[in-house]
Amino acid sequence: MLISGDEIVSILTELGVTHVVWIPDSSLGDWEVALEASPHLELIRVCREGEAWPLAAGLLVGGKRPLLMMQTTGLFESGDALRNIVFDLDLPIVTIVGARNWLNANSQDTAKTFAEPILQAWKIAYQIVATSDDKPQMTEWLRECLTENKPGIVLLAE
Amino acid sequence: MNCTEHESGTRIPIRGALKTLATARSQNALVITNQGTSRVWPLIAEHPLDFHFNPSTMGGSVPFGVGVALAQPDREVIALTGDGSLLMSLGSLVTVVAAGCANLTIILTDNNIYDVTGGQKTAASSLSVDYAMLAKSVGFETVATFDDSASWDAGVEEFLQAPGPRLAWLRVDPALPDDMKTVQEPMADQLTRIRQAM
Repeated sequence: MLISGDEIVSILTELGVTHVVWIPDSSLGDWEVALEASPHLELIRVCREGEAWPLAAGLLVGGKRPLLMMQTTGLFESGDALRNIVFDLDLPIVTIVGARNWLNANSQDTAKTFAEPILQAWKIAYQIVATSDDKPQMTEWLRECLTENKPGIVLLAE
Repeated sequence: MNCTEHESGTRIPIRGALKTLATARSQNALVITNQGTSRVWPLIAEHPLDFHFNPSTMGGSVPFGVGVALAQPDREVIALTGDGSLLMSLGSLVTVVAAGCANLTIILTDNNIYDVTGGQKTAASSLSVDYAMLAKSVGFETVATFDDSASWDAGVEEFLQAPGPRLAWLRVDPALPDDMKTVQEPMADQLTRIRQAM
């Protein structure tokens, strides 16, 4: 994993995130202990990614600063919820998406194949984080989205 | 509260069901309507804390309610959902309890069809899905079933004051076709209004 649990908690805390709404994958899952231990973040577990978008919307409308975490597969599954919350309700939800098999050059995983085309189809801005050198950019991208109230996705290579 | 057995042919008129809830709701409560109820509720009530979540992704009202309930733990949140919408996201019942939303009430308006698309059957239409049992098994503190207007009118206040999270299962009639033509307040205006009211 490019980013440790302690690192992500530090970044999200500094950015004022209040709630992490998630369904983990095997990489994001490494953050669970740190996220749960943080006194500054509330970890909300949902049963399906399609729930995560309206739940985050409710948090945002209620005055909190949520962030979603899910895998590319969950992003695909929850596309209609994304469309509704980000475009119909115009709510700036920010998401970290674990990009399955991104770092495996020989992978034929269709979850990898469709990740960027799907994001481009949804017209949602994203930043790819594939190496340790990208970490500062990720923090700045999250800061930009959260402070300027615009939707955005971090595509975190796995 | 005790659940009662369903009897066929004893459904609650949806307008009456919503009118009863609109009268009983706390003035501090955010009410989230969805799909069919988002068309009918504006015909019978108007409140600064009404949020008609339409357009919405089906199954969205309960998770939206969870979010507001977590953000504002001192406020009661009432999320209405139809049976078709709830079937899209049955797991959200688990999320409600796992998140510890004691200030959340779900009103399930079950007409046994997809009302907004013209009355087609759901996958559950021919089954005997017991939503009260589902909610109880998940761990809802209060679960009640209302099959007729008299019991709903008489029981709503006690239900809303019982420990949460709560789920009321109302067997209702489909909405009248003309009621489904309601033109709603634009979403941006609704969000501005409820944010100011909260």
